[in-house]
Amino acid sequence: MAQDSGTRTLISHSQLSRGRGKVIYWTLLVVVVAGFTLVFLGPLYWMVTGALKSGQEIAQTPPSLFPKDPQPQNYIDAWNNLALAKLLFNTFYYAIGAVLFQLVLDSAAAYSLSKLRPIFGNTILALMLGTLMIPAMVLIVPQYVTVLDLPILHINLLDSPFAIWLPMVANAFNIFLLKRFFDSIPEELMAAALMDGASSLRTLWSIILPLSRPILGVVSIFAVTAVWKDFLWPKLVMPSPETRTVSVGIYTFAGGTPMNVVIAASVIAAIPTVIIFLIFQRNIMSGLTTGGIKG
Amino acid sequence: MAITAVPQAPRKPGRPMSPYATGPQRTSLGRKVRDNLTGHAFLIGAVLCFVVFSWYPMVRGIVMSFQRTRRGETTWVGWDNYSRLIADPSFWPAWKNTLYFTVLALVLGYAVPFFVAILLNEFRHAKGYLRVLVYLPVMLPPASALFLFKFYAYDPSEAGLFNAILKALHLPTSQWMQSPEMTMPAMVIASTWMNMGGAVLIYLASLQNIPGELYEAAELDGAGIWRRIRHVTIPQTRLILALLAMLQIVATMQLFIEPLILANGAGAEDSATSVAYLIYQHGFFQNDLNGAAALGVIMLVVLAGFSAVYVRLTAKQD
Repeated sequence: MAQDSGTRTLISHSQLSRGRGKVIYWTLLVVVVAGFTLVFLGPLYWMVTGALKSGQEIAQTPPSLFPKDPQPQNYIDAWNNLALAKLLFNTFYYAIGAVLFQLVLDSAAAYSLSKLRPIFGNTILALMLGTLMIPAMVLIVPQYVTVLDLPILHINLLDSPFAIWLPMVANAFNIFLLKRFFDSIPEELMAAALMDGASSLRTLWSIILPLSRPILGVVSIFAVTAVWKDFLWPKLVMPSPETRTVSVGIYTFAGGTPMNVVIAASVIAAIPTVIIFLIFQRNIMSGLTTGGIKG
Repeated sequence: MAITAVPQAPRKPGRPMSPYATGPQRTSLGRKVRDNLTGHAFLIGAVLCFVVFSWYPMVRGIVMSFQRTRRGETTWVGWDNYSRLIADPSFWPAWKNTLYFTVLALVLGYAVPFFVAILLNEFRHAKGYLRVLVYLPVMLPPASALFLFKFYAYDPSEAGLFNAILKALHLPTSQWMQSPEMTMPAMVIASTWMNMGGAVLIYLASLQNIPGELYEAAELDGAGIWRRIRHVTIPQTRLILALLAMLQIVATMQLFIEPLILANGAGAEDSATSVAYLIYQHGFFQNDLNGAAALGVIMLVVLAGFSAVYVRLTAKQD
């Protein structure tokens, strides 16, 4: 019956499986499951069905639970009028690039800081972690000016995907997560690889990375969500209609579009990530919760 | 026996030496240089990104805040940008709103995920389902979620979702975003709903690393549930709690998309204007990048003040 009876948590299993404890446990479980369904799934239901209602139906009191006269046309209008296919493609493209850049550059950096420990490594780590205290809003103006005219190279990155990919590599939180995970990989493994004459790159590729799949998954998910959720930065550096992300696109059209069509567009924009999440949720959850060697 | 100290996980005695730097034989200078170069070769990509997009803009932002660029000509103007900003009638409301949001979000968005995680960690059933639910809103584009709140939930008439629920419960309805008093709480509710999943999952992960023996020992010593939370759960997750508190303050100080979408920027009687929104206004609408940079520097100084207090508080606990 118990799914993972191995770990002991705040309250012992035996206490929860007999007498009063059992009653409280099941009552609480039912209340929480019902409450969470209402709180987290309810609004999504409202959103999907609301976008099917007509303009009059949405304004009626009290609101109807089911659309009386479903209007799928709202969704078709949203798809066509907002060019959602293009917007979704752009967002995916930026998200995938961001994952690749972060995985390669951030795990290399975390590996170096955790295992190779070159001179000044700790200073560099401290400087990186220091940026956690600097809100993106503080940097938004000088970053924008920098992207308009990169120092030394004098390249303008406006409307280039690199304007999203490269700043995302400068992510101290991911480096911290990766380094903490690498730290928990026993030094003996490293020493053994060294004895066998493996190079640093080889050790990273054949020993560290395979052991670190859970945390690499977590970092990838963080990268995808970060691109998906980011709004102001892509709004600034991707100003053309052809390069916009989906959030910025919907926002741009929201002013002159009927409310239900905006919501329909919002639903469509949310579908791909929700599907990805439902497919990979086991990997995401286990990556976050079991955390391999130590987490 | 009172539980005053729960043993911490044993710390490694000192920093373990790198396998590349130690060995029975003495390492030669050339070897050391080579190892260091390898180390830095792995670092260089990330470091360059930090230099160009983080460290350099930081310095540049401070420099810009003391300059003014007009028609391509940049001159030093001292504190002019700062005095112009403080004279902006939206300056103080923006700070008041942002701090209010930060405090409200700490109460709701910080404590709630921790206790939700503790609760979820106890359940032996429906675990996967509950986790998926909590994390689902995180996967929505924030603009989508906020349009949902704006059009459907916070509709000030009784056709709005929240007002319909309040009415069904025979509670007074609210004007939500059109009432200056409700603007901030409404934004915190939307923001917490959208963002709490990440925190819950991170807490869950750290809760599962707590050795079960600690709870057993505490229970044998007669500690109830609350005391086990206080003396085992919280100390054992202290590092991650502290880190997330810091990250959340940094995040909430940047309140931007909520006022932009829910309140069209400023909201009723400036009740939604945030500091970040003011930065955006100055930088990208009033053609005042220097003023926006100055406001960024002020925000940084305020956060530095916060973190000084934070370091004091966490240092005291040790």
